[in-house]
Amino acid sequence: MFSVNFAIILPFIIAAFVPFIYRRFRFIHIGWFVMLVPITLFILLARLIPSVASGQTFTDTYQWIPTLDINFTTYLDGLSMIFGLLITGVGSLVILYSIFYLSTKESLQHFYVYLLLFMGAMLGVVFSDNLMVLYVFWELTSVSSFLLIAFWNHRKGSRLGAQKAMLITVSGGVAMLVGFIMLHTMTGTFSIREIISSISGFTDHALFMPAMILVLLGAFTKSAQFPFHIWLPDAMEAPTPVSAYLHSATMVKAGIYLVARFTPVFGGDQVWFWTVSIVGMITLFWGSFNAVKQTDLKALLAYSTISQLGLIMSLLGLGSVALHIGYSTESVIYTQATFAALFHMINHSTFKGALFMVVGIVDHGLGTRDIRRLGGLMALMPFTFTVAVIGSLSMAGLPPFNGFLSKEMFFAATVQISNADVFSLQTFGIVFPIVAWVASIFTFIYCMIFIFKTFLGPAQPEKLDKPIHEAPMGMLISPLILAAFVVGIFFFPNLLGNYILRPAMSSIYPTFGDAFNLTPSISAWHGVKPELLMTIGVVLVGAILYKILKKWKPIYGLFSQKYTFNTLYNNVLSLSEKGSGVVTRGYMTGFLKDYIAYIFGFFIIVVGGFLFYSGAFSMDISTNAPIRLYEVILVAVMAIAAFAMLFAKSRMTATLLNGVLGYSIAIFFVIFRAPDLALTQLVVESVTTALFLLAFSHLPDWKKEKTTIKTKWINGIISIAMGVLVMLIGLSVLNYNKFETISSYFEDAYELAGGANIVNAILGDFRGFDTMLEVVVLFIAGLGVYTMIKLKSEKGGDKE
Amino acid sequence: MKINDVILRTITRIIVFIILTFGVYLFLSGHNTPGGGFIGGLVLASAIVLLYLTSDIESIRKSLPFDFKLVAALGVLLATGTGFGSILFGVPFMSQTFAYFELPIFGKTELTTVTIFEAGVVLAVVGVVVTIILSMSESEEA
Repeated sequence: MFSVNFAIILPFIIAAFVPFIYRRFRFIHIGWFVMLVPITLFILLARLIPSVASGQTFTDTYQWIPTLDINFTTYLDGLSMIFGLLITGVGSLVILYSIFYLSTKESLQHFYVYLLLFMGAMLGVVFSDNLMVLYVFWELTSVSSFLLIAFWNHRKGSRLGAQKAMLITVSGGVAMLVGFIMLHTMTGTFSIREIISSISGFTDHALFMPAMILVLLGAFTKSAQFPFHIWLPDAMEAPTPVSAYLHSATMVKAGIYLVARFTPVFGGDQVWFWTVSIVGMITLFWGSFNAVKQTDLKALLAYSTISQLGLIMSLLGLGSVALHIGYSTESVIYTQATFAALFHMINHSTFKGALFMVVGIVDHGLGTRDIRRLGGLMALMPFTFTVAVIGSLSMAGLPPFNGFLSKEMFFAATVQISNADVFSLQTFGIVFPIVAWVASIFTFIYCMIFIFKTFLGPAQPEKLDKPIHEAPMGMLISPLILAAFVVGIFFFPNLLGNYILRPAMSSIYPTFGDAFNLTPSISAWHGVKPELLMTIGVVLVGAILYKILKKWKPIYGLFSQKYTFNTLYNNVLSLSEKGSGVVTRGYMTGFLKDYIAYIFGFFIIVVGGFLFYSGAFSMDISTNAPIRLYEVILVAVMAIAAFAMLFAKSRMTATLLNGVLGYSIAIFFVIFRAPDLALTQLVVESVTTALFLLAFSHLPDWKKEKTTIKTKWINGIISIAMGVLVMLIGLSVLNYNKFETISSYFEDAYELAGGANIVNAILGDFRGFDTMLEVVVLFIAGLGVYTMIKLKSEKGGDKE
Repeated sequence: MKINDVILRTITRIIVFIILTFGVYLFLSGHNTPGGGFIGGLVLASAIVLLYLTSDIESIRKSLPFDFKLVAALGVLLATGTGFGSILFGVPFMSQTFAYFELPIFGKTELTTVTIFEAGVVLAVVGVVVTIILSMSESEEA
């Protein structure tokens, strides 16, 4: 039986093997091997389509941290099926395309590892039922996106773009995490399905609204919604296959997924409706408006993607109104907005993926994607041109392409919502069709720009570095397949509607009974309705405006470049860099003694303060064992050693005295019958002494430090306070009874862990997790020392 | 600075093996008697450190041709790997188990997954300590 967990894990496993295979089979492009992963998963998922279409869902649970309610639970239903198919389907095509796009000279092993990481993470996002697991995968998509944007990391633009994308999406992700925790506080569960089924009792909860806003922040940043859209154009520094895959077809739709997934949770709420719809609408308009002025084809597509994401987002917002009204024959009409959202999302992935690949072909073949240098490519690149026309016209919303169908449904949804009589839509609802229409005009214009400026008009071979030529067949396969889908979906939309979209509708509207009622029959012709008139209007006005583009283009000059969100972002970034620089330089003096003073001071205030506050200090020594003579002698030795260290004249003396202290402690451990500790202490003492001796040669001569009387006093007070505090804690611990003691549990170590040595049973078994992380930390520290020393000796190149 | 360390070197040659054996003993016996992965690893590392202190680095490098960074990485991999290993058996992450077996020579012996985990700890400790000491003493020469 196919397990959904397996689908998520598989890309990660393969990713681990990619570097080895790459090294072994240099002569084959590693992409061919990697491509098998999405293809396999696509086939496995596609085989489940009939079962999912009949309402079946698949879940699979692996108990991860059950005590914290964190389990690796996956859930495959209609909604996640759409995304799963998109991720694997588009993924296969993109990898096929990338095989011809990226030459074997690039560091392919990195590229495909990142890509597989992304694929696994993205599948994890859409299949996870547990919010914590979802969050982890969510951030992993940001990380892999960061790596992929910065793939050509010798370019400054790539690095900055990657940083921007990372900062914006991750801060949104953290907000979302807080939202998830609030949801858990309210409902007591991290499982999305359980939250959905129990949320109705919590809509008046004080945390309901904050949780909603925070979750939306996560979705909006990820899906590049206004005003967080600024990262997406900069992310176009990534190789084009990555832009086609992450930044148009899948990752940016994670936010859409999240909103769709949480519609049953927050959907009935007015704030949700207005926020999602309005943010979507603004994004739709702003994206398409800005796309028109772009001269870089990829930037044009980036803004277009922003705009289309806004469209889908606003549709999800509009569709949520049905949950407020509740299920009735009247409210079903509003669910069509959601249906249109899902439909358009699939369509967008097909046509935008194809368009990105077209731009990639142009860029790859001609060395530029600046429309001012392009033109007249039609005759020489017929296949590319065909795909471009199909994609653009679909994007513009013209028949006979799938974009027409979903665009019409979008118009219909905005018209219907303006007639609804909830949320004061009677008054304000009219805004929706107007904004939608205006934005669509700009969409039409930039689609025309894309076709005409690139492929028609006079060719300008003198401005190009390379002769114009058609792309190799391999690069054309993927865009042609996507273009075939663009046309195919137009002619058989209901196949998609019945098998793919309907089950997703029942995931979004779980309380609405049979999803059959929620699935409208999609048809290209349904009489002269407002939506058709709107489309005709868009074409007419758009064509006129395109003709006179030169006349009104100066409008864009009116927007001052001083007050953009990009400037804001840059200022915030440089200010926080400066600020943290000032703060860090303020306390990072480079003197070890200062750091120790911080640590001790903090310890005294926090630990001492807490113990004092909770009244835990106790000087009662009546229950202690009697102090014996050799203990007194040992303490005396230690005291003398410690005092002598203050007056030591050389490092060697100080180190040896320190050793005396350490070994004396070891003897204490022996006296108190703690052989493990004694052994460890002895060996640690020996190894550190050896380390000290090695380090000596690096250190300057030990000079008498000139410290002021004031600092001496402060240091003296801190050290004495520290010593006294530790002593007091030592005395108090024996009488501390605020918490129950757990030592009895460890006494059963022999039965529980099969080990008679309790210390080791704790280290290896009971608290094995701690030990594991400690080992990792030790390793990182070791690497840190290694790299610091190596880097330093490399920098001081004159030494060699 | 040249010091006459013939005695130290001669003793080291013998004593290193005693320390190494002791380290392995500590590692293996840690389950039921004092010892364990961390301490065993430290003892092994201290033996190697002693070798480095008494002989020149080059000759030691020839006789111990390991990249200690890799040793440490292998250790970390083992330690985390045992954690993930338990997942394959359908039990939560980092579950350890043990059983008793009849082995030739040893008789009734307890075998436990903790030992694999501890082996990871040993390798990590040895690898990290030696890496640090080596890189410090190498940069000295440069």
